[in-house]
Amino acid sequence: MKDGLVAALAIAGKDLRTELRTKESLTASLSFSLVILVLFSFAFDLGRDELYAISGGLLWLVYSFAGALIVNRSFARELPNDCLDVLVSSPAPGWAICLGKTVAAFLLLVTVELITLPFFGLFYNIAWWHSSGTLFAVILLATWGIAVVGVSFSAVTVNVRLRELMLPVLLYPILIPLLVSAIGVTTALFSEDPQMLSANGVSLQLLIVFDIMYTSLALYMIEFILIV
Amino acid sequence: MRAVAADRVWKYFGDYPALRGASLEVEKGACLALLGRNGAGKTTLLRILANLSKPTKGQVTTPDRRKVGYLGHGIGVYDDLSALENLKLFGRLLGVQNPHSTAIQALERVDLARVKDGLAREFSRGMRQRLAVARAFLHEPELLLLDEPFTSLDDRAVAVLQSLLRDARNNGATIVMSTHQIREAMELASDVALLERGKIVFAGPQSPEMLQDPGWLYRTHGEPQA
Repeated sequence: MKDGLVAALAIAGKDLRTELRTKESLTASLSFSLVILVLFSFAFDLGRDELYAISGGLLWLVYSFAGALIVNRSFARELPNDCLDVLVSSPAPGWAICLGKTVAAFLLLVTVELITLPFFGLFYNIAWWHSSGTLFAVILLATWGIAVVGVSFSAVTVNVRLRELMLPVLLYPILIPLLVSAIGVTTALFSEDPQMLSANGVSLQLLIVFDIMYTSLALYMIEFILIV
Repeated sequence: MRAVAADRVWKYFGDYPALRGASLEVEKGACLALLGRNGAGKTTLLRILANLSKPTKGQVTTPDRRKVGYLGHGIGVYDDLSALENLKLFGRLLGVQNPHSTAIQALERVDLARVKDGLAREFSRGMRQRLAVARAFLHEPELLLLDEPFTSLDDRAVAVLQSLLRDARNNGATIVMSTHQIREAMELASDVALLERGKIVFAGPQSPEMLQDPGWLYRTHGEPQA
């Protein structure tokens, strides 16, 4: 167990270090998120109530697209020089590889989200900081879910020719419950409507259940995915 | 004492059987040259032994993964990490006691210590190959699985690899290497196995005929070619 955690940390550190050097997915994800936010701010001329009603959906639409761009590179960066073979044949257990990659993808995605959030507030005039504690909790929980499911599907599609296309096709249907929950709570938080907030209380619990369920499943299944 | 065993191993890719009941035993401390033409199943068998692939049928016995070193077709090092960072990473994954000093020693063995902080992608092809060799030997494995290790190596990398393989053999390591370069392999091999169309058609100790005439083994034990 301890060796596995050491391996997971080493893999997460390696992924973060290579990403910070190349900035492959960070640049793509961040610029894509900002462009989408800008485009939507020009595309719709919404009233205050309508804007609050779609605010959660808009934010999570951007975050989920950004997430797909980041997790797509997760296992793909192991392909040059057949590094994936060396990783899989090493004594590091499959769950450690998956955990390390999920931690790296999670941290990268959270970085993109935290940079994007002030721009979202600026473009749409939404005071997101009023309930920032709960909002950050939602962001962390939902982002972990996107990262863990995304990394698993990144492993599934790593040898597929059209993996950039295949990954979102496989990923988003699985993420629907997570996204619905995150959107519900986020919209309620932005609206500051107590009735809406209490109605979405269960959504936060659903995010926790989703994370536990898919993390367990991913860590268990990864060896069956990688070694065929 | 056996170090590696494959017992009636089959491997299908779709409907195509890449291995057809291949059986093999390698004694501890032996150096086996796994010979065979392209498509014979050498890489598939080595990948199964390296735990990179599962056999469709049959069983393999190998030491704990911590004691296995694998050098495949790719060099298996990260281009955007330095030579030292690469070896420290693999040291941690392989559970070596002191990854930093082990990595430095490994770099000295392959004559890359002076460029330890250079990124792998900035290295010449020969330097990258030597880094790959250092990676495979980093934890002084008991079993070395080498897939065509001499292919496309420059003369310096061949010399480094041969020297490391000799040292490993002297320290009692078991080596299984697939190769087309019979002469280079025979300098080190104690045993030879010939794989043809997914089957081991010959396995036994090296003999003088194999050294004198590289085609002898194929003519004597191989299946006639169409």
